[in-house]
Amino acid sequence: MTTPSTETTAPRHAADEEPLLKVEGLVKHFPIGGGFLSKSTSAVQAVDGVDFEVRKGETFSIVGESGCGKSTTARLVTRLLEPTSGRVTFDGTDISHLSDAKMRPMRRDIQMIFQDPYSSLNPRHTVGKIVGAPFKLQGVDPEGGRRKAVQELLKTVGLNPEHYNRYPHEFSGGQRQRIGIARTLALKPKLIVADEPVSALDVSIQAQVVNLLEDLQEELDLTYVMIAHDLSVVRHVSDRVAVMYLGKIVEIGERDDLYDRPRHPYTVAMLSAVPVPDTKRRENRERIRLVGDVPSPINPPPACRFHTRCWKAQEICRTEEPPLLQITSGPAVTGPGHTVACHFPVEPGELAEKT
Amino acid sequence: MASASLVAESDKEIQGRSLSQIAWRRLRKDKVALAGGFFIVFLIVVAIFAPLITHITGGPPNEYHSDLVDPALGPYGTFGGISWQHPMGVEPITGRDIFSRVLYGARISLLIALLATAVSVIIGTVVGITSGFFGGWVDAILSRIMDMFLAFPVLVFAIALAGVFPEKAFGLSGTPLKLTLLIFVIGFFSWPYIGRIVRGQTISLREREYVEAARSLGAKRPYILRTEILPNLMAPILVYATLIIPTNILFEAALSFLGVGLPPPTATWGGMLSDAVIYYTLPHFMFWPGLAIFATVMAFNLFGDGLRDAFDPRSGR
Ligand SMILES: Nc1ncnc2c1ncn2[C@@H]1O[C@H](COP(=O)(O)OP(=O)(O)O)[C@@H](O)[C@H]1O
Ligand code: SF4
Ligand SMILES: [Mg+2]
Repeated sequence: MTTPSTETTAPRHAADEEPLLKVEGLVKHFPIGGGFLSKSTSAVQAVDGVDFEVRKGETFSIVGESGCGKSTTARLVTRLLEPTSGRVTFDGTDISHLSDAKMRPMRRDIQMIFQDPYSSLNPRHTVGKIVGAPFKLQGVDPEGGRRKAVQELLKTVGLNPEHYNRYPHEFSGGQRQRIGIARTLALKPKLIVADEPVSALDVSIQAQVVNLLEDLQEELDLTYVMIAHDLSVVRHVSDRVAVMYLGKIVEIGERDDLYDRPRHPYTVAMLSAVPVPDTKRRENRERIRLVGDVPSPINPPPACRFHTRCWKAQEICRTEEPPLLQITSGPAVTGPGHTVACHFPVEPGELAEKT
Repeated sequence: MASASLVAESDKEIQGRSLSQIAWRRLRKDKVALAGGFFIVFLIVVAIFAPLITHITGGPPNEYHSDLVDPALGPYGTFGGISWQHPMGVEPITGRDIFSRVLYGARISLLIALLATAVSVIIGTVVGITSGFFGGWVDAILSRIMDMFLAFPVLVFAIALAGVFPEKAFGLSGTPLKLTLLIFVIGFFSWPYIGRIVRGQTISLREREYVEAARSLGAKRPYILRTEILPNLMAPILVYATLIIPTNILFEAALSFLGVGLPPPTATWGGMLSDAVIYYTLPHFMFWPGLAIFATVMAFNLFGDGLRDAFDPRSGR
């Protein structure tokens, strides 16, 4: 690790390197109530102005409560959805509004792992057909034939290659997720967006699948956008983490910075909900319980969207939206690229003092 | 570990078992559904070989046997004149063999019901998939059309149509024309049932993540429809087709009963019931066609229910 005080040096990657994925001002609104003849009057503001960059080879995690827009962000990045506004740049190409035909060849490089292993595999197709579909759809003829390539892929993800002719319902949740992973690897993508890849699995299986993803990253030189609904799952695989709340990113930081020195009140609250293994730290950390429910994304609170549940909220939080800014001042030892959207970021030690 | 040995054991059986194979296994254990299925097969065989069978027994369906009937009191003998030659007795006045007429009636009933079902499955599937897959205003319009068809007073329409329809049309006339007309009228008014089911299923399938996965691999719409959605629609289509066959049988019987089905002397179950009404003092005359309709409708319903349970054990019961 380099010295953390200098803003310009990234710890692992050259700062001047072009990011693999760049997301700027990304917005997705889903109109509601619009019928056959009536015009829609309001919209679900699922994603409302999101910016981030993902560097080659890193694991960038997006964490937030259910409904905050993580899946929508994933579907925008993989262009399963077209953004309402904003820009998605992949490997130097603006893909935000590419047509289906222009997008098709790009899809080899951007793949997605889905959340639900029971819905992500067609129950009428054999494993061979499912994992071989990428070759068929992209017109790729791998060396040694598709069957052999599929069996290699099954081996890569730790499945028995002889199960080629089996059907998804003959596998467990964890195995099914592996089948899904094999499918995403077929075209040797550069970027894999994994939308809560383990939330649907038994806790005992989760670690195995996360470890598999980690091994694959090393082996195949992959870049990940990893999505999770709680901070603990992605802690040890992430390089950088973004925290989302109601369609916006509230904090982005290097993994250790974010977990050890969270600055946004929401991040602090989320972390305090995570069991801390270290007993010494547990004593020092006050438990913060969030009060109230997540407000509706149809009519989100103005200015800082977190103000309805924030214990530090003041008048300005209700009138002025805090921009996502780099943290430069304060006694905190922050690494480069730690940004937070809050008028009153939590100071390190602040919570311990309160007790 | 137990699970490990299980995996090792099942490794030997590499060929997977598809959902249809599993459904078939379940169906084979469902005795009630099987009984329904066997009756249907039996009925179809009997209908096909009706000329052969009646050759052995009481002769063709329209042969008069006035010697067997007392013009005032009805058939001689017991229970409508049951005998080896006429196992279900004979008609009053004409003395036509009821067994033969029930058998020939089965041909008409099955032919019309099956072909009408085919018509409604084709229309219903095409409209349902289009509506569900494309959504938006396409769905809005098609859904209204389906609602309209379901609310339509079909019987009144059919009676009116029978009155105004020309003797010759589409190069057909007489019984073939009437038959075609019946098939299309019945099929045309029962497709929305299939259409609604297919639409609902398509909407739910369209949202599945495997469809998203296919899209994320660059699949085009025809591929998604053909490869991802259609195979998952086959089971519900099969089930609901089986379940509208009995409805169509009843529909045909009702039309014949009301006198707008196939014209006499063609033997139809509904027509026989209609003839029997005026002889209410001789209930056996009404009993046989009534039993034929009841048993056939029941068999299709039991088989259809069993099929549905086999494909989706969570549904029903
Ligand atoms: N296709 C859609 N149409 C309408 N609303 C949607 C759609 N997809 C997602 N939403 C809404 O957008 C919000 C964010 O959803 P999502 O991105 O799935 O959240 P997450 O993955 O973080 O749980 C939710 O309120 C959800 O109901
Ligand atoms: S801006 Fe205000 S309301 Fe929002 S998180 Fe910061 S302190 Fe809380
Ligand atoms: Mg989600």
